[in-house]
Amino acid sequence: MGEGGGALTAGTKRLVIRLEEGVRFSRELASPITRMLAVLVDLLVMLVFMGIVSRLAFAFAPALGDVGVALYYWAGFVIMFGYPLLTEWLWGGQTVGKKLLRLRVVDAGGLHLRFPQILIRNLLRPVDQLPAFYLVGGLVAFFSPTSRRLGDLAANTVVIRLPRQILPDLEQIAPTKYNSLRADRPLAARLRQRIEPDLAGVLMELVLRRDILLPESRLTAFAAAATVLRRLGRVPDEIAEQLTDEQLVRNTVDLLFRQEIAGAGILTAVDTRKH
Amino acid sequence: MIVDLPRFLKNEQSAWQDLQMLLDRLETEPDAALSLDEARRLHTLYQRAASGLARLSTSPSERGIRDYLEPLVARAYGEIHGRDAVRRLPFRPWHWFFRSFPRAFRKHWLAFALAFSVTMVGAGFGALALALDPQAKSAIMPFSHLLGEPGERVANEENQSETSDMRTTFAAQLMTHNTRVSILAMALGMTYGVGTWILLFYNGVILGAVCLDYIAAGESVFLSAWLLPHGSVEIPAIFIAGQAGFVLAGALIGRGSRSTLSDRMRAVVPDTATLIGGVAIILVWAGIIESFLSQDHEPVLPYGVKIAFGLVQITLLILFLAFAGRRKAKWEKEAAL
Repeated sequence: MGEGGGALTAGTKRLVIRLEEGVRFSRELASPITRMLAVLVDLLVMLVFMGIVSRLAFAFAPALGDVGVALYYWAGFVIMFGYPLLTEWLWGGQTVGKKLLRLRVVDAGGLHLRFPQILIRNLLRPVDQLPAFYLVGGLVAFFSPTSRRLGDLAANTVVIRLPRQILPDLEQIAPTKYNSLRADRPLAARLRQRIEPDLAGVLMELVLRRDILLPESRLTAFAAAATVLRRLGRVPDEIAEQLTDEQLVRNTVDLLFRQEIAGAGILTAVDTRKH
Repeated sequence: MIVDLPRFLKNEQSAWQDLQMLLDRLETEPDAALSLDEARRLHTLYQRAASGLARLSTSPSERGIRDYLEPLVARAYGEIHGRDAVRRLPFRPWHWFFRSFPRAFRKHWLAFALAFSVTMVGAGFGALALALDPQAKSAIMPFSHLLGEPGERVANEENQSETSDMRTTFAAQLMTHNTRVSILAMALGMTYGVGTWILLFYNGVILGAVCLDYIAAGESVFLSAWLLPHGSVEIPAIFIAGQAGFVLAGALIGRGSRSTLSDRMRAVVPDTATLIGGVAIILVWAGIIESFLSQDHEPVLPYGVKIAFGLVQITLLILFLAFAGRRKAKWEKEAAL
């Protein structure tokens, strides 16, 4: 139960946050392997910083003497603890490694990430690193339903994978083309009535993702979907013969997800079919 | 219900983009204050996006739209609800150290008492072990300079007329080492306190063994003058780090609490962070004292001065932790209204 009346549950790879007002959203959790890669990148960055500091200390050693050596000790300590702290605080839960791998630390209840949380999750690294190479943290994260290491459990944080926020191009459904399924009103009604929402969603995904499928896989997928549609809608032979498998699927998706305004020929209204 | 996705997208897209721009601005300028109109607009846009998401989740829809909308709603939710919780008051280092830190200490005084007790039990065990078996000295004490006879060390230290020219380096080593140990004592609280308990007990064993060794050799004055100047703040700092560890462990165990683990951890994180931050500050001071004062002995520095310094310091620390920050500052009273 998060603040604001939310409830927190976790799926296999997603953190699901449900709020009392009925809103539900989920975030994809980063896997322990991806997180380890981010840690390696950050380690590399810290080594570069340490290399720069040691070169500077060496160059200024004759002038600074004792103070120079002390500064070197301090710099090593500050880089080790300060680098993840500072970057996660300034970049809203991201380090260089996390930025590269599109990861982000967020509050487990979906709230604003606060500095004490960042401090605690980073100060707990020494325990997560025990006995070496994040073995304790890795094991805890592996068995945790929300992929959290001890530092995340203490700070109430999770590491999520950031999706690319690009809206899909729904024009791929081909709105301006003639849809022969609409002309046959009994067939259109049959398809709308018999196609379950889950299947409708799968058909939509297939149409929008056709370009990323290999040609053979695309043909197989559309053929399988068309077979199901022909059976469910009892599509007449004269219509079935005119359409390829892909056209049948596209026209069905168009039929399901758009509704024309009578006489206008423009597809705008909402289908309010209920199950 | 199947949603007419193209129409839905056409109607909602501009509102989502407005929300995204507003959130981008808030995230890049975390201290930016929203005007009343902007706050209302943020709330309206959030509600619109959230209702869109709820609508999509009840119908078969393109996954890309949900993948776009879910993080947007999540970010807006975090901004709206998190901002109230954070209140965005500017960080005041002076207030934090002189008010928040002692308040957090007092709030969890039982955890401090536990850390103190565990160390004292360890000290008793260390002293007893050395008293019963003097040969165990090499096994108990990890530092080579403590393995010799106390009398010989005192004679050597008092015969050194020159001070080391590596004091700053020594101070830096002490600060970083002690801070690492303190962080570990706090972090091991996540082992249900077992790790913190072991670390404090072990520290106590060494402390008890060293004290007994010097007292038995008749070097109580040297021991007090050597340990008190820095130990009077360094040792309590380790106790406070242990206290932070036990606070974490208490939240993890959650005995007698009906809250979820998540809520229990959320409740103690700010205090734990404050405690460990305060420890770091104290250890910086302790490192300076240990390097620049504790290592000087008679005839360079009279033992009476060193002991008096240590006693004054621990008295001030006790008074600070017991009484500082009891009264609310004027701005705190205003913020609470």
